[in-house]
Amino acid sequence: MHNENQSLIFELTKEGRVGYSLPELDVQDFDLTELLPEGYIREEAAELPEVSELDIMRHYTALSRRNHGVDSGFYPLGSCTMKYNPKINENVARISGFANIHPLQDESTVQGAMELLYNLQTSLVEITGMDEVTLQPAAGAHGEWTALMMIRAFHEANGEGHRNKVIVPDSAHGTNPASATVAGFETITVKSNEDGLVDLDDLRRVVGEDTAALMLTNPNTLGLFEENIIEMADIIHSVGGKVYYDGANLNAVMSKARPGDMGFDCVHLNLHKTFTGPHGGGGPGSGPVGVKADLIPFLPKPVLVKQEDGTFHFDYDRPESIGRVKPFYGNFGINVRAYTYIRTMGPEGLKDVTEYAVLNANYMMRRLEPYFDLPYNRHCKHEFVLSGRRQKKLGVRTLDIAKRLLDFGYHPPTIYFPLNVEEGMMIEPTETESKETLDAFCDAMIQIAKETEENPTIVQEAPHTTVVSRLDETRAARTPVLRYQKA
Amino acid sequence: MTHRYLPMTETDKKEMLETIGVNSIDELFSDIPEKVRFKGLLNIPKAKSESSLLKELKQLASKNNDTDSNVSFLGAGIYNHYKPVIVDHVISRSEFYTAYTPYQPEISQGELQAIFEFQTMIAELTGMDLANSSMYDGGTSLAEAGMLAAAHTKRKKLLVSESVHPEYREVVTTYAKGQSIEIVLVPAKNGVTDIEALKGLLDSDTAAVMVQYPNFFGQIEDIKTIGKLTHEAKSLYVVSSNPLALGVLTPPGKLGADITVGDAQPFGIPESFGGPYCGYFATTKQLMRKVPGRLVGETLDQNGLRGYVLTLQAREQHIRREKATSNICSNQALLALASSVAMTALGKQGIQEMAKQNIVKTRFAKNAFEAAGFEVPFQGAHFNEIVVKTNKPVQEINKILLQKGIIGGFDLGRLYPELENHVLIAVTELRTKEEIEALVAEMGAYNA
Repeated sequence: MHNENQSLIFELTKEGRVGYSLPELDVQDFDLTELLPEGYIREEAAELPEVSELDIMRHYTALSRRNHGVDSGFYPLGSCTMKYNPKINENVARISGFANIHPLQDESTVQGAMELLYNLQTSLVEITGMDEVTLQPAAGAHGEWTALMMIRAFHEANGEGHRNKVIVPDSAHGTNPASATVAGFETITVKSNEDGLVDLDDLRRVVGEDTAALMLTNPNTLGLFEENIIEMADIIHSVGGKVYYDGANLNAVMSKARPGDMGFDCVHLNLHKTFTGPHGGGGPGSGPVGVKADLIPFLPKPVLVKQEDGTFHFDYDRPESIGRVKPFYGNFGINVRAYTYIRTMGPEGLKDVTEYAVLNANYMMRRLEPYFDLPYNRHCKHEFVLSGRRQKKLGVRTLDIAKRLLDFGYHPPTIYFPLNVEEGMMIEPTETESKETLDAFCDAMIQIAKETEENPTIVQEAPHTTVVSRLDETRAARTPVLRYQKA
Repeated sequence: MTHRYLPMTETDKKEMLETIGVNSIDELFSDIPEKVRFKGLLNIPKAKSESSLLKELKQLASKNNDTDSNVSFLGAGIYNHYKPVIVDHVISRSEFYTAYTPYQPEISQGELQAIFEFQTMIAELTGMDLANSSMYDGGTSLAEAGMLAAAHTKRKKLLVSESVHPEYREVVTTYAKGQSIEIVLVPAKNGVTDIEALKGLLDSDTAAVMVQYPNFFGQIEDIKTIGKLTHEAKSLYVVSSNPLALGVLTPPGKLGADITVGDAQPFGIPESFGGPYCGYFATTKQLMRKVPGRLVGETLDQNGLRGYVLTLQAREQHIRREKATSNICSNQALLALASSVAMTALGKQGIQEMAKQNIVKTRFAKNAFEAAGFEVPFQGAHFNEIVVKTNKPVQEINKILLQKGIIGGFDLGRLYPELENHVLIAVTELRTKEEIEALVAEMGAYNA
C-alpha cells in the first residue's frame, strides 16, 4: 500500500539549481534588446524545473519503476505485438553515422543511410509480396492514410473520382475508419458472420460503383484468418475497388502467406510491432506502405531509387505523386532498428517467428478455453479473443480481470476489443515468450476465474499491489487538469 | 534451428502441440487457402550473428559523413545542438522504451507522469493553455492544426506563408487534399511574410493563417500584427515555432496564437536523418476537445492519491472511429521523454542561456560574413539562421567545405528559384568562434 504522491519534477525545483553544461560563450556578447525587436523579448521566463543532474536521474528512475515494459514482464496486449525488443537494434541506431546525419545533407554524404533504407525497402517488398515500398509514413495510422490517399489519386487519375466509399469490417481497428475520414472517404461497415469472418453476402451487398477500397486485417482482430480472402478480393476488384491490407497482424503470416499473393493492392506495416522497433511508451512507430505496380506512380515524394551506377537517389520527379506525407524520409531511426532485426532473423528466423507466435497463441487458447468463453472456436493465428461473459454473470467484468492480472505482475490483454465480442479479451503472446511464461500467465488467469466464483471481491477491487489503485477517469475528463500549475 | 530470441525447445513444442491437439505446427495454418500459401523461404539475406552484423552495419554507417566528426552549419528545421548525456541514459531505461501506450494507468504511472510533465513544459514555453502528448513531427503537427482549424471554423481555406518550412508546407498540402481544403500561399518579401499581400488574401472563407516563428529563413517576423489581422477575419492563428527560441522570445500564446505547433528536436533529439523527432501541439482551452492525439490528465485514485490517466479520449479514433478529429494513434512518446529530460536539464536558466547563445553566435557569423564581403540579404532580427548570398553555386561550395570537414548550409535555390546561390547557414551554441571563422574564410576563399 503506497501512501505518498510521487513528486512532479516541478515540485523538486529550487531556485538557482542547474542541470546543464553549455559551451562557453566565445564571441562578443550582446544585450538581447540590441538584437531583438521591441515586444518580442520574453518578459516572464518559462517555468522549467531548476534541478541538479542527480535530481533528474533519481526522478526519472523513480518514474521508470512505476512503469511496466516488455523487459519488466509479460505483455500480451492483443494487436500490439509486444515482442522482445532486441538490444542490438538500440546499439545500431546509436552509431554516429546513423544517429548524427542531417536529412538535408548532400546525397553523396549519406549513401550508407540510403543504402540501408533501400535494402529495407527491398526486404519488405519480398516479405509482403508487393512491387514497391515507401518508408515514409511515421506510424500505422499514418501509413493507412498515405495508402488511402494513393487509392484516391489512382481513382481520380482514372476519371473515377466519384468512388468515395471505403468498406471496413465491424471488427476493424479504430484507425481504419478514422484514416478513411481524414483521406476524405465515407466509411461503410461490413458485418462479420457467425464464424467471426467477413460476411461475403453482406460484402456483396455493400460494394458498388462508388467503392474505393476495402480495408482488411488478415488475420483479423479476432486472430482468425479470413479464409475467403480470394473471393473477397475478387468481389472488390470486380467493381473496380482496391483491397487494402492493415499490417498490424503481419506477425501471424510472415513466410506463410503474403498480402501481395492474397490479392491485396496495398499494405501498411507496423515496424514497431512486427519488426521490433520498440514501442517507446506509445511511439515512435514506422508505418511503411507497400503497393502493387499500378499504384507506384502515386507513391509519396521522394521515392528512394537505386541508380544505374549503383548510387542511391531521392527521386522528386514524380508528377502523379500524392505529395509529401512527412518532412524528410520517415522515422529513420526506427527503420534502422527494423532492418537490423530482419538481418538478425534471416529467412528461417522470420518463418520461425510466425510459427512460434501462432503455436503460442493456440496453446494458450486451449489452456484457457475450459475457464473462459471462446466465442470463435477454431485454430487462431497469432492472437485469440476470449469473452468474459461467463464471469460477468457472476458480477466480475473483464475490466476487473484485467486489473487483477496487474497483481500477478502482468500487463493485461487488450480489452473490450474487437467490438463484436462481449467483454472481450484479446491475447497476443508473441513468439519470444517461453512456455514457462505462457503457463504462468494461464495459471494466473485460471486462478482469477476461480476467484470469480469463490471470492469475487478480490477481483472486483483489484489491483491491490500497484503504486496507485484504480484511478478516477470520470474526474479526469470532467475537470481536465492537463498541466502542472504552481500553487 | 534455434535463435536467441526464440525460446521454444523441441520438448516444449511437442507438449504444446499435444495440448492443442494437432500433430504439427503446419496444421495450425491449414485455414490459409492452398492457392495463396507461401512455400519455402523468403528471398532475404541469411541471418547474421550479432558480432558480424554489428561489424557490417558499422561499416555501412561509416560511409556517411556525420555531424559528430564534421562541423555542421546545416539547419533548415533540424539542428545540431547540445544534448545532455543524461537524455540517452533515461530513454535507455527499458521500462520506458519497451512499454506501449499507457492503457493501464496503474502500471504506467511513470510514462503518464512523464507525458504530463512534457505537456506542462511545452505549454509553459509556448504560452498556451495546454499541449498534447506529441505528434509525429513539426510538419504533420502543422497539418493537423490546419485540419482542426478548417473543422472548427467550417471554412475551407488555409493561408500559408511562404516563409514556413517548404517541406512542412508540402505536408499541409497533402493533408488538405484529403479534406478538400484549399491552400493559398502568402508570399514572403525580404525574408518575412508580406503583410500587405496577406491583407488582400484574408477573407471570410479563411480557416487559418499559418506562419513560422522564427521563420524558415531564421527571421523573427511581426507575428503580433499578423495575429491581429487574422483575428479580424475571424480566422484561427496557427504559429509553427522552434521551442528553443521561445526560451527568450515572447511566446506565441502572448501574441495571439490559437494553436502553436512545432518540433521539439532541438531538445535532446539527434538529427537521425529525418526522424524520429517530436512534434508538439499546443492550444487554448477553447479548442481542448478538438486536439488531435493523446492527452494525459491528473486525477485521484480510490485512496485519494494523485495519479495520471489518458483523458478526453472521446476525441480519439479508437472511440470515435470515423467521427474522430484525427487518425493519429502511435505518437512519439519516447522522443517526448527525451525532450522532457533535455528541457529539465536546461531548466529555467539554461534554456534562456542556450537560446541567447544561438542568437549571439549567429550575429557573430552574420558580422563575419559581411566583413568578408558577403551579402546577407535579409537584415531583420534572426534566431539561429541567416541567409548568405554567394557568387558560386552552393552545391559547389559545400563540396569544398566537406573536404575541410565542414557540412555547409542549406542550398535555398533547391526550393526557392529566386534564391539561387543563397545559402541558409545555421549557427547553434555548439559552433565555436574558430569554427565560424573557418567557415567564413573557406567560403570567402572560394567565393572570390
